[in-house]
Amino acid sequence: MTGGKKKVKINEWLWGWFLAAPTVIGLVILNIIPAIQTFYLSFFKSGDFGRGNIFVGLENYRKLINDTQVWYAVRNTLLYTLLVVPASVFLAAVIAVLLNKNIKGKSIYRSIYYMPVIATPAAVTMVWRWLYNNHYGLINYILKQLGLNPVNWIDDPNVALLSIAIISIWSTTGYNMVLILAGLQEIPAVYYEASNIDGANAITQFFRITIPLVSPTLFFVVTTSVIQCMQVFDVVYMMIDVARPSYDSTVSLVYLFYNNSFKYLNKGYGSAIVMVLLLVISIITVIQVKLQKKWVNYMG
Amino acid sequence: MTVRDKACRVIIHIFLILGSFAMVMPFVWMVLTSFKSVTEATQMNPFVFFPTKWRFENYIDVIKQNNFLRLYYNTFSMIFWRVVCAVAFSSMAGYAFARLRFPGRDFCFGIVLFQMMIPTQVFIIPQYLMVDKLGARNTVFALVFPGLVSAFGTFLMRQFFRSIPAELEQAARIDGCSIGQTFALIMLPLVRSGLVALSIFTALFAFKDLMWPLIVNSSTDYATLASALAKIQSAYTVKYNILMAASVLAIWPMIIIYFIFQKQFMQSVTTSGLTM
Repeated sequence: MTGGKKKVKINEWLWGWFLAAPTVIGLVILNIIPAIQTFYLSFFKSGDFGRGNIFVGLENYRKLINDTQVWYAVRNTLLYTLLVVPASVFLAAVIAVLLNKNIKGKSIYRSIYYMPVIATPAAVTMVWRWLYNNHYGLINYILKQLGLNPVNWIDDPNVALLSIAIISIWSTTGYNMVLILAGLQEIPAVYYEASNIDGANAITQFFRITIPLVSPTLFFVVTTSVIQCMQVFDVVYMMIDVARPSYDSTVSLVYLFYNNSFKYLNKGYGSAIVMVLLLVISIITVIQVKLQKKWVNYMG
Repeated sequence: MTVRDKACRVIIHIFLILGSFAMVMPFVWMVLTSFKSVTEATQMNPFVFFPTKWRFENYIDVIKQNNFLRLYYNTFSMIFWRVVCAVAFSSMAGYAFARLRFPGRDFCFGIVLFQMMIPTQVFIIPQYLMVDKLGARNTVFALVFPGLVSAFGTFLMRQFFRSIPAELEQAARIDGCSIGQTFALIMLPLVRSGLVALSIFTALFAFKDLMWPLIVNSSTDYATLASALAKIQSAYTVKYNILMAASVLAIWPMIIIYFIFQKQFMQSVTTSGLTM
């Protein structure tokens, strides 16, 4: 290698290191070391004021397995995800397919459906709490006018998780719709034209052309929605405080993590809970990637 | 257009209008309630839809008692610094990962991917302890802290830089531009849409985030709009007219920004979805 070439190469190295350094150093300090610390902390019991952590080995994990609230939280989080993701993705897909038909006012509809996405969940939940209010809420008022029984949306343990899921479906459908619509617009019109000549009707076209060709987008939408749902906090936190009768049937893993770490100040136990979250998310992601081969079509 | 087609379109419009109604109704109810008195808000018989008198006092009350000007300042300083950091550092690193060869590149990019795969709650306790140790709780810096660098942004910008043809860059280098000049003067303007998307994502995420500001800035003087709402809710409990006024005050800036930059908001969603 000549001296000139070597100099050019070293020059490129220096620029590479220089440009990547802030991000890499930042990620190591803000994320890599903290991830290890959280894992490490999960073997300790936090003393008062965060001082004097006592090593307790696997005690936090043993406590966790016997803690009914942890099991409630796992169940609630999974159930919430199962309620929100299919409903939100289905509604988003239906709206996207309809908007893709060159309907008049397409962009107006799109902006309206997207509006809940940009509103702060804290504010959104406050409004829904008001709509759900037992005595003065608009929803129960409408139910009464229709001759139906009012529902105790917030305090009934059998209903509260559904009420929370409805808020999340309302606020995520628009986001998924925009993504699916973009996926639909990538499908070349020739496919539809060719199948028209072959005499295919709209329903056959939907299942034979639209679904397979939009499946990579759907996969992306489903996986990101699942991961987001598993981390639900804001809506549950704003809607159900610890003293409510429906707390046990709505508390999510992240809410439980928050309460233990920052309300009861046991960061060791909080760390163990967040490890459970990591485990559950990892398992679900692996399953999704495995299932992907069965229905996602990457021929495009 | 056949009659059947026309009927079909009418049905689609009815469906879409009903859906739009469901999307908008909570916002409308929020605004209407915020102008009512408590008695009007809780009056069911006869039912009151519009306030008889539009009470701006509700807003004045809530602004004065909760120092909303301060909340706007805190929230938008946090957003400003997070966007600046994300745009600057992510475009630099994204360019290095996409276009330069240097030892340790793949390992460093592995760190970026690792961060993206781990749920953020895993980092929160140690991040909080760091801020605490720095004595930086209840500051704007604390709000910015976890957003100083962005793995998502780095990944996004890398994808954008990769999609630009190499010839442009080679031409610039032959003309005698250094790597730094090529990056800043030639390449950066070409990924403008990526930078816009990243800015919108970062701003929206920071604006909506609740847990971090709640944890790190317990003083109401350093709360954000989102975390202040949590406190306002527990303070006013059943005064729904006041709570709705606070909600309106918390979301209107982003609604306005959204309606001005609608096209960019939509593009930011689609580009992120399609580059992943």
